[in-house]
Amino acid sequence: MKLAEFFLQQRDQILQATLEHIWLVGVTMLFAIAIGVPMGIIVARRSWFSKPILGGANVAETIPSLALFGFLLPVPWLGNRADRVAIAALALYALLPIIRNTASGIDSVDPAVREAARGMGMTARQILFQVELPLSLSTVIAGIRVATVLTIGIATIAAAVGTGGLGEFIFRGLAMVNNQLILAGAIPAAVLALAADLLLTLLERRLRPAR
Amino acid sequence: MIREPEGKPIIEFHRVGYRLPSGQTLLKNINFTVFQGQTLILLGRSGAGKTTALKLINRLLDPTGGEVRVDGRATLEWDPIALRRSIGYVIQDTGLFPHYTVAQNVSLIPKLERWPAERIRSRVDELLVVVGLDPEKFLLRYPHELSGGQRKRVGLARALAADPPILLMDEPFGALDPLTRSDVRREFHELQRRLEKTIVIVTHDISEALLLGTRIGLVEAGELKDIYWPKEFLNAKEPVAMAYLAQLQVLQEAQEEK
Repeated sequence: MKLAEFFLQQRDQILQATLEHIWLVGVTMLFAIAIGVPMGIIVARRSWFSKPILGGANVAETIPSLALFGFLLPVPWLGNRADRVAIAALALYALLPIIRNTASGIDSVDPAVREAARGMGMTARQILFQVELPLSLSTVIAGIRVATVLTIGIATIAAAVGTGGLGEFIFRGLAMVNNQLILAGAIPAAVLALAADLLLTLLERRLRPAR
Repeated sequence: MIREPEGKPIIEFHRVGYRLPSGQTLLKNINFTVFQGQTLILLGRSGAGKTTALKLINRLLDPTGGEVRVDGRATLEWDPIALRRSIGYVIQDTGLFPHYTVAQNVSLIPKLERWPAERIRSRVDELLVVVGLDPEKFLLRYPHELSGGQRKRVGLARALAADPPILLMDEPFGALDPLTRSDVRREFHELQRRLEKTIVIVTHDISEALLLGTRIGLVEAGELKDIYWPKEFLNAKEPVAMAYLAQLQVLQEAQEEK
């Protein structure tokens, strides 16, 4: 029961850190979606772009997150504030699943549907917004779901550059060899990840086109 | 039913060729004219180039040689969107939008053409009746809730929605069971007489060709072998044409044996 007492006692700080964490992940996801979905569309459209874009996103994924935060610190403007660095690095990680799923969603639209749309005189833009994107929406959401869960986890590491959030507890707990402190960061982060996964899975199911 | 004179030429192919970027020739030196209100059948086996010829008409493909004219104007001079909006397009797999209801599918082009909502609604009802579907029952269904024959009917209704003067149909009755196929075909035959559209139908079915065609063009390995009136076709001496006719004879013989 000691853990529960500790949580109760620290609830204001935990709540505060959770909100910071959500804010960090939310802003990151907005950027990642705003960049990733258009990139996914380009990858689906022009195959000669797909290698450099997917390759680049793949490479970004392999950089250890702590190192990536470090690399971005000296970058002008970005390095001035911790949350800028964190959001840029986290968004970079979140890109790959979003790009990949957007592209594969558009690729998997029935060619007969696309041919009918073109044949009836829809413009490329109308086909994209009225046919291709609605039909691949559930696949895109699946990519966003994977990226969100990933980001919630990695965002704890961003506390190392001073962004706050649930990682604060974890780093403090590590430094003080205090398991309760570590759990005060880890448990809410896990709950957040599970909740995001559940919500986005439900959304994905709702939007899946019937066959 | 021979019309003399034949009226206004609507679709014209002048020495039309189509070559893939890889250099493979799919069509060479195709010449024909479809006059107003006529139905041309392009009959041939899979891979003969029939579908390619069809796609040259609504500019899903551009000819690499010669000229395709629609309504007296080369397709390359047409704005492709405007050209396609004036041509109904029906394909074998229907290409109905799976995320749209029957009503949304049928009203697609009228909506893009910004018809007033009231007119779109009455047009959709009217069209469903024309293709033999009860609007009350079908308006709000999705394509996956329809049978194969019903989907074909919705596909046809969608193609007719903005009342285009031309209709292109690629194996419109394909992939249906034989009984449904002959039902849908017979209904279309009656519709065809009422609508007075200029129609090009691609098929490999000889009875379909004889029933629906004002003329029958025989396509073989990228070339148009000949164009026949249905009566002429029955007496054609061309080997490929005779092979098609042999199919009909099998049917007759089977009937006579019983």
